[in-house]
Amino acid sequence: MTTGPQPMVRIRGLRKRFGHRDILRGIDLDVASGSVMCIIGPSGSGKSTLLSCINHLERIDGGRVWVGGELVGYRERNGKLYELPERHIARMRQRVGMVFQQFNLFPHMTALQNIIEAPIRVKRVPGEQARRRAMDLLDSVGLAAKHAMFPAQLSGGEQQRVAIARALAMDPQVMLFDEPTSALDPELVGDVLAVMKALARSGMTMIVVTHELAFAREVGDALTFMDDGAIVERGHPAEMLGAPREPRTREFLSRVL
Amino acid sequence: MTHPAASDPPGDPAAPLIVVPLRHPWTWAASAVVIAIAALALYSVATNPAFEWPVVAEYLFDEQILNGLARTLELTAAAMLMGLVIGTILAVMRLSRNVLLSTVSWLYIWFFRSVPALVQLIFWYNFGALYSTITIGIPFGPTLFSASTNAVITPLSAALAGLGFAQAAYTAEVIRAGIASVPRGQTRAALALGMGPVTIFRRIVFPQAMRVIIPPVGNEVISMVKNTSLVSVIALAELLYTAQLIYARTYETIPLLIVASLWYLAVVSMLTIGQHFLERRYRQR
Repeated sequence: MTTGPQPMVRIRGLRKRFGHRDILRGIDLDVASGSVMCIIGPSGSGKSTLLSCINHLERIDGGRVWVGGELVGYRERNGKLYELPERHIARMRQRVGMVFQQFNLFPHMTALQNIIEAPIRVKRVPGEQARRRAMDLLDSVGLAAKHAMFPAQLSGGEQQRVAIARALAMDPQVMLFDEPTSALDPELVGDVLAVMKALARSGMTMIVVTHELAFAREVGDALTFMDDGAIVERGHPAEMLGAPREPRTREFLSRVL
Repeated sequence: MTHPAASDPPGDPAAPLIVVPLRHPWTWAASAVVIAIAALALYSVATNPAFEWPVVAEYLFDEQILNGLARTLELTAAAMLMGLVIGTILAVMRLSRNVLLSTVSWLYIWFFRSVPALVQLIFWYNFGALYSTITIGIPFGPTLFSASTNAVITPLSAALAGLGFAQAAYTAEVIRAGIASVPRGQTRAALALGMGPVTIFRRIVFPQAMRVIIPPVGNEVISMVKNTSLVSVIALAELLYTAQLIYARTYETIPLLIVASLWYLAVVSMLTIGQHFLERRYRQR
């Protein structure tokens, strides 16, 4: 899907408010196909809300978002935006995988069932085919042996790796990671990051909200620093982490490093 | 202790200690009193001829009584089923973003929980006084179905309406709490995978809500077994009314009430055991 200059995700003038609070105040962002964009920033800066706007889990209050060249949530005609019906949005969401801080695996299903549920119910993939693909995915995250376990029987790191496999089973064009390692014990972070690194190497377009600066430096193609609902600085990860231009970036980095 | 001091207690510290448990004389006294009272009560029940135990034995497996018991069980099952189906609809309406739907559901629950089930039963039984015919059709259009209310409202349909509609109000609250107990992250994860609202409810939210819903619904079933006895006031021959019919004829009031009680005890005991295992199953995982 590397068709010229069109970015996989394009965001223009994105605004979002909860009540009277502006969470996002005019975000512009391009994520090139096959690239890894890392987003850092203090908590409450709007990073997670930004991710939720990309797959329309949050309705946007202004601006536009395109995924794969397609406007998210609306159809534009004669200078007006028409809200799309639920099933159109659901179809768009199939192309955008999401991994959550709290994993959000379905606790009443085994690891395998978690992965095959959406392909079977949403994409109508035949059961046997879905199972085979799920086992391959579990194998790629190193958990094939635990396919019959329930989420409660898995460690946090294992749950998150199942959650990544679950998102990948829908064959998304882009993967959103919302602080995927923040809820993990330190010794479990490495396994999840290794899976994400392998995924980045395979050419997946990824947007990663994270506190793992080492990951951003090593894997990220671009880095964005957000504060108070706006993008403060963007650039190449190594350069930005090494020599931040903005004082606010500098201050944030000095606190987390 | 590394420094044996002069204040150390006498005796060899390595020798096994003899522990004298604290005595609880009042526990013993209370037990004795309770046993005495229980024994006296049992003796009195067994020897008082007014209980007429032979009559109890005679009617315990009487065909009429067993038919009444069957009717009680049927009513329990049917009213609970009504309660679950209507209750689920009410719960979904109550949680809907549509203000009209949630308000209507709230009003239903408020009304049917506030008016005693006994009053509701009598009300339904006398529905004919309110509307003499029941008609189903398109407003100002053709009539699809029309019947005299007295033909539609039999003791059975009045009983089902009275018990089922009231039960729906209680069940709706239980189901609502169950659905609300499922974390929002579950819905978000399902949405992110491209699932539609119906699939999300059926496959993700409802199965998880069931764990919260099942134990209280078990309690409601047990209550319903006993509530069916209210139906005796509208002359439906369930267990209690059957017993009443018999003692109205034979004047053996107490023994027949005992027969009914024994059956209620048996059914509720079985359900309690069943519920115990059900709860244990749902607590796992």
